Amino acid sequence: MALKTEELVLNMGPQHPSTHGVLRLEVQLEGELVTKVTPHLGYLHRCFEKHAEAMTYPQVIPYTDRMDYLASMYNNFGYVIGVEKMLGIQVPERVEYIRIIMGELQRIASHMVALGTYGLDIGAFTPFLYLFRDREKILTLFEITCGARLLYNYMWVGGLSHDLHPDFERLTREFISYFRPNIDELNNLLTYNKIFVERTANIGVLPKETAINYGITGPNLRASGLKYDLRRNDPYSIYDRFDFEIPVGEGLVGTVGDCWDRFYVRVLEMEQSLKIVEQALNQLPEGDINEALPKRVKPPKGSIYQRVENPKGELGYFIISDGTVNPFRVKVRAPSFVNLAILNELSKGHLVADIIAILGSLDIVLGEIDR
Amino acid sequence: MGLLDQEFLDSNIVIAKSDDLLNWARLSSLWQLSFGLACCAIEMMATSASNYDFDRFGVMPRPTPRQADIIIISGTVTLKMAIRIKRLYEQMPDPKYIISMGSCANCGGPYWEHGYHVLKGVDRVIPVDVYVPGCPPRPEALLEGLLKLQEKIRHETLRTKKA
Repeated sequence: MALKTEELVLNMGPQHPSTHGVLRLEVQLEGELVTKVTPHLGYLHRCFEKHAEAMTYPQVIPYTDRMDYLASMYNNFGYVIGVEKMLGIQVPERVEYIRIIMGELQRIASHMVALGTYGLDIGAFTPFLYLFRDREKILTLFEITCGARLLYNYMWVGGLSHDLHPDFERLTREFISYFRPNIDELNNLLTYNKIFVERTANIGVLPKETAINYGITGPNLRASGLKYDLRRNDPYSIYDRFDFEIPVGEGLVGTVGDCWDRFYVRVLEMEQSLKIVEQALNQLPEGDINEALPKRVKPPKGSIYQRVENPKGELGYFIISDGTVNPFRVKVRAPSFVNLAILNELSKGHLVADIIAILGSLDIVLGEIDR
Repeated sequence: MGLLDQEFLDSNIVIAKSDDLLNWARLSSLWQLSFGLACCAIEMMATSASNYDFDRFGVMPRPTPRQADIIIISGTVTLKMAIRIKRLYEQMPDPKYIISMGSCANCGGPYWEHGYHVLKGVDRVIPVDVYVPGCPPRPEALLEGLLKLQEKIRHETLRTKKA
């Protein structure tokens, strides 16, 4: 007598400790093997485009903060560069350098959360505590600069909200020398941990071609072995002045493009960001940051697509202006949204527990997916 | 209520009002439903992590509503999510408490005017005990909110029903 079997549909989320927010996954199972994963979105749709239509150009900046709330500085960055290009503003050198410093510190902070919560998903609690201890130091740097810990509204069209605190440079250098050895500590704690490697190596392998076809960007793409980083391939701001490597996945413990590679690329990127911050601090010029602040932001008719390398991937702003003080439309190309599309492809044929490992390694932020 | 908080040198008998005993037990181990909604969830995570250490106040994250005493609404509640939040709240056993964290959960916050998909305050679907203002509130503010809730629980009695 043949065994009667049927497909099981499992619902994960929206309240689930490992979905990184309010994501709902509909998982179809054949025994314990996954046949299909369907993500359901919209639990955090906060009407970004509607707000962008109703607000003036500078008023949109706080809403960009709240999209990818782990990388608020970088979201500001992309938007203000786009608007400045439309207006034809050249910002002072000092502003450019401060923006780079803030952006790269934010990248480190964002990766810290990504790595910490990934450890949490896999079952390692301690690295989360260690990384959050260090993240607080970056948040302190932001706080002494602009008064906010998480959502900053720091970069303005044509300038910045505040100049650096007199102690900022010293504290940042202290942080850099403090944090460098901690990356090794993290590697010893988690990255080369036997259990962690067993859970992540050879899981969710993303081949380079598939990644390109799906439009994956950021660390997820680089982990698949493609050296593609907008800071190098389409330089914006003053990134062409700095010397840094672009780490790619090499498959050190498994296959190129597996979960472990996606994790490790982020670890390596933190080191590179430290390097950029150090160089920017050395070259930081004096000057007035408010020099180029426009009295009124009213770009001429036209449109622009400005993309930047957000910690999650390519963040693009498509801004259409109809010549008034409100943008006609601001469309966002959110990296997390595009990166999430690969989930079904990666999870097929894996076990249920591996979905958590794969989803965590993609490092998604729901605020940005639903916008 | 001071007696129960002290340590004794040898075995002893303590006479306390049943209200005091129950309230003391309840407020000292508020297990939290580990449930993040938006930006405030990151600050909630920071509060549970090393620097602020929520554990000091007996707050432990539980992944299931059936083991939770307190739910922290940390972030924007959208219309789609509001139904789920109400169901999560209904699944929690009594006594249950709610902290509304951040402007979005309090009143809609920055999405108040144009947010066509944002609930203007979580208190429209579930009863809130403590509101913590801020966008996002600092971890200290959340801790203060928790202390306020503990203060509230301290004055509860068995005679009147919880509002």
